[in-house]
Amino acid sequence: MELIPWPELHAMDQSIMQEILQYLFSGITNGAIYAVIAIGFSMLYNSTDLINFAHGEFVMLGSLCMVTFFGSMHLPLVPAIILTIICVAIAGLVFERLAIRSVKHPEPIVLIIITVGASIFLRGLGMIIWGKDAYSIPSFSSHPPLDIAGAKLLSQSIWIIVIFLVASVGLQLFYKKTLTGKAMEANAISKRAAWIVGIPSKLMVMLAFGLSTAMGGLAGVIIAPITMSSYDMGTMLGLKGFCAAMLGGLGSLWGALIGGFLLGILEALGVGFVSSGLKDATAFVLLLFILYVRPGGIISSADANRF
Amino acid sequence: MNNHQTRNRICYAVFSLLIILAGYTIENPYYIQVLTFIGINTLLALGLNMLMGYAGQISLGHAAFFGIGAYGTAILTVHYNLSPWLALPAAIAAAMIVAYIVGIPTLKLSGYYLGMGTLGFGMIVNILFREWSSVTGGASGFIGIPTLELGPVSFSSGRNYFFLVWGFVLTSFIICQRIIDSRIGRALRAIHDGEKAASAVGVDTRKLKLQVFVLSAAFSALAGFLYAHLVFFISPGTFSFIASIRMVTMVVIGGMASIWGSLLGASLLTLLPEWLHAFSEFEMVVYGLILMIVMIFLPRGLTRGLLDIYERANKKNDH
Amino acid sequence: MLLVNRYRPMMLILSIMAIASLLVTSPAFSASEKKPFKIGGIFAVTGPASFLGDPEKKSMELVVEQINAAGGIDGHMLEAVIYDTEGDPSKAVMGVSKLINKDNVIAIIGPSRTPTTLAVMPMIQKAKIPFISCAAGNKIVAPIDPWVFKTAQSDILAVAAIYENLKAKNTKKIGIISVGNAFGESGKEQLIAQAAGSGLAVTKSETYGAKDTDMTAQLTKIRQDNPEAIVCWGTNPGPAVLAKNIQQLGLDIPLYQSHGVASPKFIELAGSAAEGIMLPTGKILVAGLLPDSDPQKEVLNVYISEYEKKYATSVSGFGGYAYDAVKILAAALKNSNGDKEKIREAIENTKNHVGVSGIFNFSKTDHNGLSPEAFVMVKIKDGTWELLK
Repeated sequence: MELIPWPELHAMDQSIMQEILQYLFSGITNGAIYAVIAIGFSMLYNSTDLINFAHGEFVMLGSLCMVTFFGSMHLPLVPAIILTIICVAIAGLVFERLAIRSVKHPEPIVLIIITVGASIFLRGLGMIIWGKDAYSIPSFSSHPPLDIAGAKLLSQSIWIIVIFLVASVGLQLFYKKTLTGKAMEANAISKRAAWIVGIPSKLMVMLAFGLSTAMGGLAGVIIAPITMSSYDMGTMLGLKGFCAAMLGGLGSLWGALIGGFLLGILEALGVGFVSSGLKDATAFVLLLFILYVRPGGIISSADANRF
Repeated sequence: MNNHQTRNRICYAVFSLLIILAGYTIENPYYIQVLTFIGINTLLALGLNMLMGYAGQISLGHAAFFGIGAYGTAILTVHYNLSPWLALPAAIAAAMIVAYIVGIPTLKLSGYYLGMGTLGFGMIVNILFREWSSVTGGASGFIGIPTLELGPVSFSSGRNYFFLVWGFVLTSFIICQRIIDSRIGRALRAIHDGEKAASAVGVDTRKLKLQVFVLSAAFSALAGFLYAHLVFFISPGTFSFIASIRMVTMVVIGGMASIWGSLLGASLLTLLPEWLHAFSEFEMVVYGLILMIVMIFLPRGLTRGLLDIYERANKKNDH
Repeated sequence: MLLVNRYRPMMLILSIMAIASLLVTSPAFSASEKKPFKIGGIFAVTGPASFLGDPEKKSMELVVEQINAAGGIDGHMLEAVIYDTEGDPSKAVMGVSKLINKDNVIAIIGPSRTPTTLAVMPMIQKAKIPFISCAAGNKIVAPIDPWVFKTAQSDILAVAAIYENLKAKNTKKIGIISVGNAFGESGKEQLIAQAAGSGLAVTKSETYGAKDTDMTAQLTKIRQDNPEAIVCWGTNPGPAVLAKNIQQLGLDIPLYQSHGVASPKFIELAGSAAEGIMLPTGKILVAGLLPDSDPQKEVLNVYISEYEKKYATSVSGFGGYAYDAVKILAAALKNSNGDKEKIREAIENTKNHVGVSGIFNFSKTDHNGLSPEAFVMVKIKDGTWELLK
């Protein structure tokens, strides 16, 4: 084995460190997206025991609405975001009212097929409204990327992380501090008990649906500037977000956060040190691993469905 | 019981007659091909129905076994010049072994967690089909799969292949019927109704679930084999997550825990895109709507759902 | 409980199936006196490859309409029957079977993608029917099948065009990033295969998923070896994301794209990040910049104005594949009286057919018929195309 002279070794170290840092930044950006999507899954599962396979399509709706409001109609940023989220939440509420609530026997398998049907429906709707093309919108701000020890952190990544933090703190406050939030949590723990103390369970489920799809819309909003929005973008994002939710622990807000970032960072490191072709496998290998080893997720909820 | 068996025999006799009749009277190769595709899809639905309908275990990754069957025979016949008739048992065995290994940890899960576990497995296998390009041909697909031949009979013509596929379907129906009518079938239904109760009365639920999982993988692999030698070309897209979902849809729409439901579901899902063709741009919207509406109003699938309606109407007439 | 009723479900289902099969098998005779020539089209009109299939379908309809308006071919009207593959090989097989056996077409144009084309080729060989594919993959015409032709430029030519440009700049090291589907894989194979011949070393070959939102990780890996150029092989929108990422990472490395993004949409998607990107393209993108002496200029201008007039959307190079295919087929149909072997021979003997994608010279040994001149290299400057040399 040859000895590497000290200065060169030092330089190599530095470049590797810089590389790893860049992978981390990539991972954090993607991770934040996965986390926002995962939160949507988790919130819904928490309140309704339902997994919405159409969640990725609500992300797509958010992204494409943002293209229309911000990109085409040139509304200012904040109204565009708010309008988008409202639109997507309304779509979610309509879906809950018309499809989910009409189900007489809400068994998982029936609900899976209905939400899969909804995802196909929404994709078709997106194709009719926005066509088959992809769209892009400018970054929310035109700062040059931040340079940290030679690695670049994109300005949109900072936006994503900030919006993500605001949203999750907001949700946490909503659940813990407001009466409605507490009622929703109570409803999630036991519908019957909540009903007995006078919590309108149907309204709570509807609210959960609205909030969950709103989070999906928010995810769509923040990724619109970094990626291209098109009617068929939702499926893979939905599945990845789903893996993140499972990884962290389905039903837990902080689990979704940890799962999302972990998945994003491991994917980026996987590209760097294993193979970019196997990048998409990372999420699913992690999913299987966590299901086999600790099915409740990293933040284990008490009732993991396993015996 | 005797009565029930006689009825079954009549059913299968009528069914075989219909197959023979269809095979000989339909002249147009296109319709023969559509019916052949229906047969392959029926095998897929049947296997999954044994797992979902009878054992009550969901799988969102069954296209993986479909793919293992197809890629198994493609690799063995093209790369190793093996006869397809030797590749068939090998491909099925491969799928069964994979199912066994994956089934042990996965079937411990239930509900959504089981769905997710199988989904993850299906995705990983699909990525392997795509990335292991030296063996599988990668994303571009696998070309040059040979025609099936058995002595002097070549299965290159549509009619012969039709009989081959439906022969397999009929045999599989009879095998499944036997299993369902046996002790195992009763044990399976006990698991479906309540796993804990079943194990309390002495059913080895773990072993039984695993056995059914392996069996359904074998049916999917058989379908994969037939698909590969029908189309002569396979690519990873055919065995994707969407394909798994389509299989589940066939089972659920047709009717869970019903052998004939698998046939109905497979037929509908093969023919539906043909009918929806007229909607062109609106095809996806209509397809999604149909799925949702059927599940909302007939959650037990069309077979049971239509029968319920029929029985209700009968009752009204009696009054 | 379920067991008791098994007799009834079976009867129910069998009767439904019987009705369904009646519906399907009802004979569709339409005896007409004129006996139009029926030609089949099969494109990925919807689904992920709709950016190919949609303009292809429109272009085919456009040509057929024109030919009929001009009185058809030898007095026969043309009738186009077009099906959608959604980019799915199984659907393509069903569609082609329907075209051959139910619609009794005398020739088929399409499919749009390489896997769908490869999937239907065994049927074409068996049915012995003239077939002109609109897909890029070279596997379609190598080895040559007598009945199979294609009009889309092969990726071999696209890679050759890029490498010629790189060689002229004395580049030695390149990094490759390709999309994880058939298009990207085929491009990657060609890029690696032709590299040595052009004196190039491929330092890294990475892939990305068609729907990836961020590719900075792959770029970080490619950057390690300080390549002098990056070649990206994919179709919209992925390459636009990549271009943005390169800009954001501040990489000062020339970026080459494939002809898969050769449409104004790419510039729109990539925005300022598109500046300076070079790519090979059919001449359609730069029709206005071509010298008047260019033999293709007139054909291109006619196609562009007709297409944009009829559909009110901007034209892309992809529709040209079907436009050329129908034109070549129409020429071959003359004096053929619908005889398939005669049509096939006529296509094989097509010489100097000036089309949108290039000048076609088919022969027994070349069923694509295009020469490297089919491609020009362009550079994106100030949000538009600039012809290189």
